Amino acid sequence: MVQYTWTGFDASFAALSDATRRGVLEQLGRADASITDLAGKFHMTLTGMKKHIGVLEQAGLVTTEKVGRVRTCRIGLRRLEEEVAWIERYRQLWDARFDELDKVVEELKRKEKVDGRKNRK
Amino acid sequence: MDARTGSEPAPAKNRTTVERKSERELVVTRTFNGPARIVFEAWTRPELFKRWWVPKSLGMSLRSCEMDVRVGGRYRLEFEPDAMAFFGTYLEVTPHSRLVWTNEEGGEGGPVTTVTFEEKGGRTLLVMHELYPSKAALDAAGTGAADAMVETFAQLDQLLVTLGASMGRS
Repeated sequence: MVQYTWTGFDASFAALSDATRRGVLEQLGRADASITDLAGKFHMTLTGMKKHIGVLEQAGLVTTEKVGRVRTCRIGLRRLEEEVAWIERYRQLWDARFDELDKVVEELKRKEKVDGRKNRK
Repeated sequence: MDARTGSEPAPAKNRTTVERKSERELVVTRTFNGPARIVFEAWTRPELFKRWWVPKSLGMSLRSCEMDVRVGGRYRLEFEPDAMAFFGTYLEVTPHSRLVWTNEEGGEGGPVTTVTFEEKGGRTLLVMHELYPSKAALDAAGTGAADAMVETFAQLDQLLVTLGASMGRS
């Protein structure tokens, strides 16, 4: 029953709408790879692959790290899950607070009714 | 005013939603089955605020709760058993419809919180908006809050284990 919208999801879905990018994710799910490796595997220019990786990175699906002259890409799903998890924990905290607040509101409403009756007399 | 008797069924629980609106904004919404003046009162009278803001499941309570609810007025919440405190300043106070305050315990990285109360047909839609000074500040708050909750749940688990053990023995 968890229902929240989150702008990050839009970015994720946009990132996943492309077949090459889905292929890249599948590939990175098996092993980390450099942009050069990926460009070779998908028969693309380095620039083209950089663009795809950029989109995936923006969506939090992939993280990259440059060591020397090589940029290594790895799957970033964990980060996505972590973010969803903390938003859900935050929601649970406020949900618990608001359940208590419901009780306060109900009590004040009852009190108002009683006071209202008294005032009318 | 209201001709109904006290026999109406208990209303269903309203849903709390959380949305990360942008890199710097978090929005929490919830509807309450009561007029805005009542919900507003529960947010601005310390003796009422104290009763709901620290849910029992947190395993903590407020030692003190001071709220000077007027523009420029300060608030300060202190917890027990640990001495953690939340404090800040009210920037806007519009009775029954809008509250804005700063959160200063975290230094410069603290968000500005805006709460609006919108009444419709005797119910109140509450929207709490938190604007952080930067994406990094919101991410840090998330990590902090998540850590705090993990810790809290761990404490709760511990308590349940203890209770379970003592019940098993009796």
